[in-house]
Amino acid sequence: MSVDLSQFIPSFLEESFEGLELMESSLLNLEQGDDETINSIFRAAHSIKGGAGTFGFNAVTEFTHLVETLLDEMRDGRRSIEQNDVEILLESVDCMRLLIEAIRDETVCDTNKITETSILLEHTLAIDDSASSSDNLDGHSASDSENGLSNWKILFIPEHHLVQTGNDPLFLFNALADLGELTLAANCKELPALNDIDAEELYLSWQLTLSSKASEAEIKEVFEWVEDECQLTITKDETSDKVATEEVKTTRGSANESTITEQVESKAEQKISSTISADKNTSSPAPEKTGNKAKNDLGSIRVGVDKVDSLINLVGELVITQSMLSELGNDFDLSKVEKLNSGLEELLQNTKELQESVMRIRMLPISFAFNRFPRLVHDLSKKTGKDIELILKGEQTELDKTVMEQIGDPLVHLVRNAVDHGIEPAEARIAAGKSPKGTITLNAYHQGGSIVIEINDDGGGINRQAVFEKALEKGIVDENTTLTDPQVFDLLFEPGFSTAKELSDISGRGVGMDVVKKNIQSLGGRIQVESEPGKGSTFRVNLPLTLAILDGQLVRVGSEIYIIPLITIVESLQPQKDLINRVSGDMVLYRLREDNVPVIPIYSLFNISSEFKDIESSLLVVVEADGQKIGLMVDDLLAQQQVVIKSLNDNYQQVEGISGATILGDGSVAMILDVSGIISMAHKKSEIDQQHKKNMQLKARQQISEGANC
Amino acid sequence: MDIQMLAEEIPVEGEHSLEGIDFITSGEQYLAFLLGEEQYAIDILCVEEIRSWEKPTQIPNSPNYIKGAINMRGIIVPIVDLRMKFDIGNVIYNETTVVIVLTVETTDKTRTIGFVVDAVSDVLNVDKSEIKPAPTFGGCVPQNYLEGLVNAGDNVVTILNVKALQAVEPHQVS
Repeated sequence: MSVDLSQFIPSFLEESFEGLELMESSLLNLEQGDDETINSIFRAAHSIKGGAGTFGFNAVTEFTHLVETLLDEMRDGRRSIEQNDVEILLESVDCMRLLIEAIRDETVCDTNKITETSILLEHTLAIDDSASSSDNLDGHSASDSENGLSNWKILFIPEHHLVQTGNDPLFLFNALADLGELTLAANCKELPALNDIDAEELYLSWQLTLSSKASEAEIKEVFEWVEDECQLTITKDETSDKVATEEVKTTRGSANESTITEQVESKAEQKISSTISADKNTSSPAPEKTGNKAKNDLGSIRVGVDKVDSLINLVGELVITQSMLSELGNDFDLSKVEKLNSGLEELLQNTKELQESVMRIRMLPISFAFNRFPRLVHDLSKKTGKDIELILKGEQTELDKTVMEQIGDPLVHLVRNAVDHGIEPAEARIAAGKSPKGTITLNAYHQGGSIVIEINDDGGGINRQAVFEKALEKGIVDENTTLTDPQVFDLLFEPGFSTAKELSDISGRGVGMDVVKKNIQSLGGRIQVESEPGKGSTFRVNLPLTLAILDGQLVRVGSEIYIIPLITIVESLQPQKDLINRVSGDMVLYRLREDNVPVIPIYSLFNISSEFKDIESSLLVVVEADGQKIGLMVDDLLAQQQVVIKSLNDNYQQVEGISGATILGDGSVAMILDVSGIISMAHKKSEIDQQHKKNMQLKARQQISEGANC
Repeated sequence: MDIQMLAEEIPVEGEHSLEGIDFITSGEQYLAFLLGEEQYAIDILCVEEIRSWEKPTQIPNSPNYIKGAINMRGIIVPIVDLRMKFDIGNVIYNETTVVIVLTVETTDKTRTIGFVVDAVSDVLNVDKSEIKPAPTFGGCVPQNYLEGLVNAGDNVVTILNVKALQAVEPHQVS
């Protein structure tokens, strides 16, 4: 029977990505002698290899095999865990990710990097084979040749009664190990059958290899007490004659290695700089590739069983309530009204809980977004030469999946900024009396109906004066303006704004912060900056918990009902005649305290009929988006309620000024207004109107001149 | 009566037994409907449901033939008035005015759209070979919407291409 394996590929991919994430985070936390961590890394690699083998993804299998071999050596303690090895393994995780992504996207990945890394891996492994330990090579190869390290072969065949004389071979070996690197192989050929074994006799013999700078005499000294009770042959290893050549070989090997590392690093740099230049082009969002990804990201989510169980319970209750109500309906009379009411109340309760439960399914702990930062900070701190510790807090805070996917990139940008601009170089930190190690803290917590993510660094803080001067230079402010701190920090989000004196490839090109702000705003969130000179700065991102539900104000225009997101509303008011001003022809402004708010009548914008055409008898809802306040003219204010957002895009297309639709209590559809869309519509409209007027004037002039000609 | 004779009277599947129940016959099935006086038909497998006309919620600044959107069991479904789109007959809304909701899957998207028609008339069985190409000139319906013509009794029924119907052309705000 043949099974169509391809149906399992998506789950293989998903598990592999999870495994890779696990490998990466474990590698970053890896410490010497931490067997459990090594084991979990090994297991992750092993299951990826196994899965890839099943599906015939040979490239992945082969590559992972190398990684696994290296890990296996670490696991068995044959190899000590060196920073170098960890770096190579991290590189390898990247490569595996590339390979698996290529499978997912059905594309061919960049094989150069893979080949380089696998050569690097093979090399590390090969070195391990030729020398007794990686330690030996990585650390001391240079000094070894100077000190005349030689390999000794010792054949140690003790008499059977050795242990009866009070000698213990283990002590001997320990003493030998003190002289240098010792490997030993036991020979148990002489071991008799179990019945014949005398517990007080020693049947084993050993072959030892010692690489040490000790002389023959020193080694013999160790065996002094057992000399008469054993056969001992000590020979200088035959290869040791060629020690010099071998050393040359290994040094050449390490030379190779270093060039390869360099290559890899330069590749990585290239990659980083290219991602940055991609950032630069964010105005024209990255082409097809992202589209492809988005398609694949639709995927699945993992949901805890407890969440599903609670859902099933709730559905059970709902079914009970439903059957109760339908029974009530069978022969209904007025005496049962009370029962009906209580039944309906129960139904309301059930639906509410069900709604919450379903929303919880879409919620994932923010650690999904935070996971990438340890690696990012690790890489960046290596690159910048700053010693930085990353602290993650509130990783279990839950956030809607869609929000999570879209907040990732802005957060990366903010963390990069914190590393590059926030944390000062170690010397400056010491001079300022701070610990040379910088700290970046990522913190997430719930606050009311929103989630707050803080990116905090204990660096030098934002230089208020530099920001202001830069703004002057760019012509954003003029010299006489006095700005509050928040206003100054807000300037950071202006397009093309950077105070960095020199460009680095990490950040400082002045692109990005405005994009960050835009992205956060498009999620219905906002960003605030706090900074104290010398103490550090905090970027605080406020996001709605979910994109699927929104608090809305229902308004009526003519016979249509629209929903205005509550978060955008500044206030709603009844216009007073003396505060209405008309400027530049037909533009209506309403004086709201200090501000003059342009009034946009919804009926004319959407070409629908309305009850009131004049502002005096209408109501005004003042809303704010992109830092601009406008007044929306509506006929009536209705209820405030939570609405579930449905996309118009699914079956229709994006409509300007409308962010989506929802279904009201009576089953009818209502449109949700997109305030920033409305503002840009109004802009366009006035442009078109002006163009139109110009044309009319031109025509009129032509007619006049034609008339004159006649 | 002889039992043999009784057995012979029992209808056998595939013979005359199922005559008159024509949905088991071979060929494609089409839902026929009226636009004005003319008969049109669409592939019945795409029909999600047939609803009576209810006033939809307007979509701002949409072309006049897009009447708005309705809620069909939690899905927002745009409503296109085919009479206005093709400029056929009089646009009136009465008891027989119905909305045919179609779900069409294309490679990249599945769309559900409702179409306003004057009335639903029949279900037709049409063999592929009976479909004749439509004349390439005249008429208000653009060529790309036409799949072919088929004779049903005395009438000629125009079969519409659901894929073309599904692709609501993007429109710009006027």
